[in-house]
Amino acid sequence: MPTYLGLDAVAFRTGCAIPRGMTAYEPVIGLEVHAQMRSRTKLFCGCPTDYGAPPNEHTCPVCLGLPGALPVPNQKAIELAVQAGLALECEVASQSVFARKNYFYPDLPKGYQISQFELPLNGKGHLDIEVDGETKRIGITRIHVEEDAAKNIHGAGSSAVTLVDFNRGGTPLIEIVSDPDLCSSDEAEAYLRKLRDILMFIGVNDGNLEEGSFRCDANVSIRPVGQKELGTRTELKNINSFRFVKKAIEHEIARQEGVLQSGGEIVQETRTWSEGQGKTISMRGKEEAHDYRYFPDPDLPPVVVAEERIAELRAAMPELPVAKRLRWQADMGLTEYDAGVLSAHPAVATYFEEVATTLAARSGKSLEKVGKKAGNFVQAELLRHVTTSGLEASFPVAATSVAELLASVEDGTINGKIAKKVFADMVDTGKAPKLIIEEQGLSQVTDTGAIEDEVRRIIEANPSQVEQYRSGKESLIGYFVGQVMKATKGAANPKMVNETLRRLLDEQ
Amino acid sequence: MADAKITLEQVLHVAKLARLRLSDDEARQMQQQLDAILGYMAGLDELDVSDVPPTLHSIPMDAPLRPDVPVRCSDRAETLAQAPESEAGGFAVPLVLEVDS
Repeated sequence: MPTYLGLDAVAFRTGCAIPRGMTAYEPVIGLEVHAQMRSRTKLFCGCPTDYGAPPNEHTCPVCLGLPGALPVPNQKAIELAVQAGLALECEVASQSVFARKNYFYPDLPKGYQISQFELPLNGKGHLDIEVDGETKRIGITRIHVEEDAAKNIHGAGSSAVTLVDFNRGGTPLIEIVSDPDLCSSDEAEAYLRKLRDILMFIGVNDGNLEEGSFRCDANVSIRPVGQKELGTRTELKNINSFRFVKKAIEHEIARQEGVLQSGGEIVQETRTWSEGQGKTISMRGKEEAHDYRYFPDPDLPPVVVAEERIAELRAAMPELPVAKRLRWQADMGLTEYDAGVLSAHPAVATYFEEVATTLAARSGKSLEKVGKKAGNFVQAELLRHVTTSGLEASFPVAATSVAELLASVEDGTINGKIAKKVFADMVDTGKAPKLIIEEQGLSQVTDTGAIEDEVRRIIEANPSQVEQYRSGKESLIGYFVGQVMKATKGAANPKMVNETLRRLLDEQ
Repeated sequence: MADAKITLEQVLHVAKLARLRLSDDEARQMQQQLDAILGYMAGLDELDVSDVPPTLHSIPMDAPLRPDVPVRCSDRAETLAQAPESEAGGFAVPLVLEVDS
């Protein structure tokens, strides 16, 4: 019985590929993401979650941990967490329990953080990532709900103090814990980007790494290739950009290899990425931090989400980016690349869809006919004017105006080249496309007589090219079209110009 | 002490996590008292609870949930005035260094 070979083959397919070169170790990486949920108020009190208020403006006895204050869970936050679980195909628990995670730190006023331990809201799920053209399924261990800690500000006040701002304290978070299924910094980055995309699209999180509303910790260990047991891991904390996550993981793998190869041992510890020093560095004072003595919070009875409510939340979920891309490819004939660009940000995706569907409605043509044109125009002309910040995006003109503009191309009023010019004016002046076309007399010349006059004039003015064309150099048709378009300042209908030219040139 | 439910080492460990400084006498006293409490609770081991679902909470009710509507926060000046020290709108605590230099 080839049991051993069989098992080995399975392990190879689902696990890590053997690293290149002579490296005798393979990395094992698990990620923990803390994502701030987009509720208006905190997890256990009605203080607002707005970012950027003066320090400690948004606090109350509950989020300051004053004695006697009782936490009451925010329904919206619980439901957003359920939707995150559904989007990652997790088993959503109908009953989950809040627990106290005990440790001392100035950013934690109660001496414990309210989190979930034994019975989290979301159990096992998964996320499929694409790396080097291959799809890999990354297991999700759990997604639990917890309150954020306050913010410690170092060096802002007198030199001998740390200032604590509790505005962030008590803000609702989900912690998404992956299985240790990732084998490289590239996979880790792909996982994080995809996870952020999904959370943004379903409106759970604004994806803003700089403001700390999407934060990543990485557990990194290495083991000799073929070994089943995991090596000792280190935890990389507080990394606030995808690029730094990648660099920190790469550095940490190399550091651990160096330690093992020189006969040393990996110490289980928390490290952070120092961009200044270009390496991971040890964080002090966490040696007993992992003994959290969790126990169910006596202030909070179990949270129950009824099956019917879970079904409603599932039905109310916005379409995920992957589904959107596939639908656009099928319904509008977009390429995978174009669909990817247009779905990179939820607001852009919504904008593009509005342009495409409005254009289809106005022109009376099918999405299949006009969707790709809308996509091309949005990508080529519009995107460079768009700025995004978190879930917000600002567009230079309304989607319906772009659709109106493109509809005038569809009905032959203007051609594609003029459309670009009109669009530039729309951005500058904010005027409606119809008005700009009218004011500047940009309507396409579709008057057969006028076009024919112009074509005759060009033919007469270019006798030698005419002769070459007639003796077989048909590619010169492009030259004639160009001349006519130039003479009409681009306003002639190019299709009609082309037809008229061919008719008159072939006449004699 | 062979059957002790909790050892002196465990007591000292928990005391350290709770930032409690116990004298040797206090630690021994805690160990004896906690051991007695745990011994009393051990009486429950005699019951067969294999068919009883775990109790999630001492009060048999679901958590009441709160609508996501902002309310007025506390007055900041009043809040900060209760702290031993504050500065620039923040609670001032002894400097916390997070990273080895």
